[in-house]
Amino acid sequence: MKTQTLENISYFPGCSLATSAKENNQSLKKVCAHMGMRLQELNDWNCCGSSSAHSIRSDVAFHLACRNLSLAPKGRPLLVACPSCILRLKSAHHRLKEDPAACEEYERRWGREPDLDLQIIHFFELMKANGHLGSAPSEALQGLKFAPYYGCMLAYPPQLRHENRYYGLMENLLSHFGAESLIWDYASRCCGTFLSVARPDVVTPMVNQIMQGAINAGAECLVTACAMCHLNLEIRCNLKEKLPIFHFSELLTLAYGLPLKKNWLTKHLVDPLPLLKQRRLVA
Amino acid sequence: MQASRSTAMILAAGEISLPNRGNDMLEIDTSFCDTVVQRSGEEFRRCLQCMSCAGGCPFSHAMTYRPNGVIRLIQYGFVREVLESPDIWLCVGCNTCSIACPMAIDIPGMMDALREIAIENKVKINESAILSFHQEVLNSIQRYGRTHKLEIMMRYKLRRRDFFTDMDVGLKMMAKRKLDLMPSKIADPKVVAKLFSEAEK
Repeated sequence: MKTQTLENISYFPGCSLATSAKENNQSLKKVCAHMGMRLQELNDWNCCGSSSAHSIRSDVAFHLACRNLSLAPKGRPLLVACPSCILRLKSAHHRLKEDPAACEEYERRWGREPDLDLQIIHFFELMKANGHLGSAPSEALQGLKFAPYYGCMLAYPPQLRHENRYYGLMENLLSHFGAESLIWDYASRCCGTFLSVARPDVVTPMVNQIMQGAINAGAECLVTACAMCHLNLEIRCNLKEKLPIFHFSELLTLAYGLPLKKNWLTKHLVDPLPLLKQRRLVA
Repeated sequence: MQASRSTAMILAAGEISLPNRGNDMLEIDTSFCDTVVQRSGEEFRRCLQCMSCAGGCPFSHAMTYRPNGVIRLIQYGFVREVLESPDIWLCVGCNTCSIACPMAIDIPGMMDALREIAIENKVKINESAILSFHQEVLNSIQRYGRTHKLEIMMRYKLRRRDFFTDMDVGLKMMAKRKLDLMPSKIADPKVVAKLFSEAEK
């Protein structure tokens, strides 16, 4: 995938990035703009059908995803930021490819044929193709020791097993800019996601284990690929010592020398400023 | 499946602790397995009981039977044990089991179907808080086309009559402007609301 073919991209932010993780959304857009990509937010997008819909109304989850697919203009890829959203959208797209009856229903419901060639790409895919910007290694992140945390984003259901996964991308890219990635035990451990609301007693030990794992590995911070993971680590970890948690896109803005906005950092529940100041990554 | 009616066979499953029904074997429904296979579209009968799913599942410790146990119970027709188990509600679909499964079974897909069957059959839901949460999220999607977290949390608390736990977390999130007061919505939420009534199977 070449940068020049990616000038115009449809963008599906999803509910989390649109509301509780605005700092993720804004930094991601900044990174894309820096790479010369024009993101056009999918007009009138709705919930992807994740978690609750597919948990108890899989029919509704499918139609919610389909409505989003039907809004995507032809001929340009659809960029998705959230690992849960992309799983829902890709699952629906896969079903449309496999099941002619589902296509018929889609047409009847949304008044157009499904675009079976639509490319649904994750932010990581863009970064893999363009993240280095052809630049020489730099010291922008100055030895910042981080634990790369992928959560469940690398795990797909069997029908999507041939989809690309990007294990190692955060390590690879952030190291290119001088950060030091650590090998640790919980890189792809589930964060507990929505159980955080109804069963915090189950989720807290899980996120504590993840946080403690990062601390034991000698990390100064965690880097997350998913806004849900970020939130759970922040609100459900009750250890005394907590490391700051960055969205991958936030660290990329620093790597590229773009200003890390103060109002992003103030949205963090675990204050990342002391670490960034100590590392001289912000003034 | 006939052989599975024998208690001896059930006990032979050994590694998973199966419910002791005594002589009450008539409640076993051997067609249940076919129902779940059909409903989920998932051919989990090829499960080898290797327990890779249970080994990897981060929620195993909070479950009663664990994923492989749920599959075994379905195969033996223990309908009530399966549908009333907390296990089907504790699965969040992280797919850790799917990538570990040597038979490539979509276990979360199977769990999705089991929850729907449990709701339709009005069995006792032992993880009612999780169900309440899902219902409030769906209500929000019906109202706005998107999720409005603050309202979901408030309504969830009302439904559970639990006003104090997590007050601190909520306030912190408000202070950090992580919870918007106003919902983000689609132009015509009716389009999405219609899906809920029309999409009935």
